[in-house]
Amino acid sequence: MVKVNLWGSLRSATGGLTEVEVDAKNTGEMLKALAKKYPALELIIEGGVSVAIDGQIYKEAWFTPIKPDSEVVLMPYMKGG
Amino acid sequence: MVTEYKEGSVGAELGQREFKVVGTRPPRPDGVDKVTGRALFGADLTAPGMLHATILRSPHAHAKIVSIDTSAALAMDGVKAVVTSDDFVKQGGSGNQDTLDNCMARGKVFYDGHAVVAVAATSVMVANAALKLIKVEYEILPHETDVDAAMLDSAPVLHAGRKFRNIPEGNNANVSGFWEFGHGDIDEGFAKADIIVERSFKTAATHQGYIEPHATLATMGPDGRGEIWVSTQGHYMVRDLSAAFVGMETSQLRVTAAEIGGGFGGKTTVYLEPVALALSKKSGRPVKMVMTREEVFRASGPTTSSSTDVKIGMTKDGRITAGQAKPRYQGGAYPNITAMLGAMTAFASYDLEAVQTQAWNVLTNRPKQAAYRAPGAPMAIYTVESVIDELCQKLDLDPIEVRLMNAAKKGTLSSYGPTFDEIGLVATLEAAKAHPHYAAPLGPNQGRGVSCGFWFNFAGNTSVSMGINEDGTVSVIEGNPDIGGSRASISMMAAEELGIPFDKVRTIVGDTNSIGFNDVTDGSRVTFSVGLATIKAARAAIQNMCGRAAQVWGIDADAVDWVDGAAVPTGHNAGEFPPMTLAEIAADSAKTGGPIAGHHEVNADGAGVSFGVHLVDVEVDPETGFTEIKRYTVFQDAGKAIHPDYVEGQMQGGAVQGIGWALNEEYIYGEDGKLQNAGFLDYRIPVASDLPMIDAVILEIPNPGHPYGVRGVGETGIVPPLAAVANGVSHAAGVRMSELPMSPPRILAAIDGAK
Repeated sequence: MVKVNLWGSLRSATGGLTEVEVDAKNTGEMLKALAKKYPALELIIEGGVSVAIDGQIYKEAWFTPIKPDSEVVLMPYMKGG
Repeated sequence: MVTEYKEGSVGAELGQREFKVVGTRPPRPDGVDKVTGRALFGADLTAPGMLHATILRSPHAHAKIVSIDTSAALAMDGVKAVVTSDDFVKQGGSGNQDTLDNCMARGKVFYDGHAVVAVAATSVMVANAALKLIKVEYEILPHETDVDAAMLDSAPVLHAGRKFRNIPEGNNANVSGFWEFGHGDIDEGFAKADIIVERSFKTAATHQGYIEPHATLATMGPDGRGEIWVSTQGHYMVRDLSAAFVGMETSQLRVTAAEIGGGFGGKTTVYLEPVALALSKKSGRPVKMVMTREEVFRASGPTTSSSTDVKIGMTKDGRITAGQAKPRYQGGAYPNITAMLGAMTAFASYDLEAVQTQAWNVLTNRPKQAAYRAPGAPMAIYTVESVIDELCQKLDLDPIEVRLMNAAKKGTLSSYGPTFDEIGLVATLEAAKAHPHYAAPLGPNQGRGVSCGFWFNFAGNTSVSMGINEDGTVSVIEGNPDIGGSRASISMMAAEELGIPFDKVRTIVGDTNSIGFNDVTDGSRVTFSVGLATIKAARAAIQNMCGRAAQVWGIDADAVDWVDGAAVPTGHNAGEFPPMTLAEIAADSAKTGGPIAGHHEVNADGAGVSFGVHLVDVEVDPETGFTEIKRYTVFQDAGKAIHPDYVEGQMQGGAVQGIGWALNEEYIYGEDGKLQNAGFLDYRIPVASDLPMIDAVILEIPNPGHPYGVRGVGETGIVPPLAAVANGVSHAAGVRMSELPMSPPRILAAIDGAK
């Protein structure tokens, strides 16, 4: 199981939680598990998100491994100028 | 000036590598072309039989399009084609549809200058004359251009019936985005404070101010194949959107990026390109389009304007106990994420136990915003850094010491979620504190401002290909338009890795058919991502060349190493052979297996965040309210400065644009919702004679995510100046300034109000 921290305004999609647990070994599995456990997250994830693992931000990388003790943060999709 | 910073743990490669090319300052490879006029910009290309197209734009801020009659225009001599929104393919995703609707209004016009009809004719004069014959019947609707007013229930709704995701109850239909970030107990944090300052701030919408207007030349033949020549930050993006909008496969459209006369984020989308392509499809002729400066202001995307409430609590000795910011951004008539980025960056410089940011994006009757260097961050950080400065002033504390006490560092839980790895804020603040500028005396009516700044930096999809030529030179193809010196930095990294001189490498920006896909040149991503791909491509070529040498020597490829631009045998059983140079291997390549090349394709990650600190001395004339910048020094972490001249240029350029944002620049709308100052005479950007030399101090805290330690440097430089200048002006004028720009009338009003 990995702990996933969500940005605050996703509380409405997770019944008030900003830290949730899912069973996943990489980012792709984690995103699928989140969408399955919290269906209201599915459209948000499909629309594009970033994932930070141990401080490193990944935009779209399904196969990035996640260790059970990794810090995992779901972040919005970001773009610069 | 480059200051090496060695503290902290980084990879062995970064700590031990001695660079030979990286870190030097060779002449810029695009210099001769640009000063002799040989460089071809967006408007420089012509084609046989070419038509010129112009656009009829909305004179209203908000109106329903009842009917469009183009018959008289089409009947005019010299007019060859007309397009409206009916000539484009409806898009599946709302994001692409918004972009298309911004290129050509569908059903409604949402701002003064919104495109309605385009005409292609034998000359610009004929096209403009034809525009006057087009009859558009409008039903004028109420409009709103102010962010706070657009959030009121009484405000006109722009997109009635459209649902936006994740908007809390209580917001009106113009709120298209809401985000919240933070951690800790915010009420508990404020309860620990000895002093709390709450303030509200406003910033104006500003334009990127690129000198070259949007320009393109599109052709589409009867075989359905097309070509676009364009001034853009991302020709793959232009290809994908233009092809989708006119209904063709991407492989049938080749896009070439022209030399670019500035972008700063403003050329990360399309305006003219799909329109020119559609007109070419209809007319069967090449079509050229060039925006006038007025069109650039009225119809291309400036950044957002903002209204923000900030509350920060601090102990008497300067420890921040809690920080809260509520930014509300308007970015025109379509949704965007700039407010979100503001909320994420507002407190990113600080190590806080309790922090909360809530951001709203609000739709207004203004042009669709576009990115502008570190989008969202300058305005948000301006508000936070202003309040921190005020707290320091009230507590009589040194502003750099307070920032050092609260600075984010490795292991800090950032205000936007993840824990920071190796970062350079403390080193940057220490450098500012130790600099002579910080101790220099100030004169009458002068004030000194300090501000930190932060930007994420991004990476992304990147492709690079390089050929090892038979004469021992190297040709590199990258796919990102060069807006900040990437052809130089990429050549330098290729030369460094291959072990050859810089002048043996030439890098060009290839068209969309030359190499694999590339994301837009944005997010300070190119030196990091393209550099990383270049190093990996060079390593692939090196592996190939080591194999060729091994074949010639009759030894295992594993027994060959690459040292200083040559293959050398290594290990006990490799044998004794003199080094075989890149030039020698290349010369015999046809006989040893054929052409030698290297390429690399990656969706890169690990860009590494960047911090900066700006110091500015200003003088305010109490009689006129005019502000003069007396001295300005930028300190920024570049990770590793590949070509320090360009890095300093980025830092100086960011500071100058931020100074303009702080002091002069603003979109001014009349009561009628029309832009009042669509030109550089009335929209005043700083020029060289307005400014002192901007001193740049480069810090090098290597990014562990890059083989050479590179961090992006293109955006962070524009983040601190808004607050740095505002803090300086507040000290000089003796009154806290809370609205940008700090134009002379606004400063005079603040001085008078404080009396």
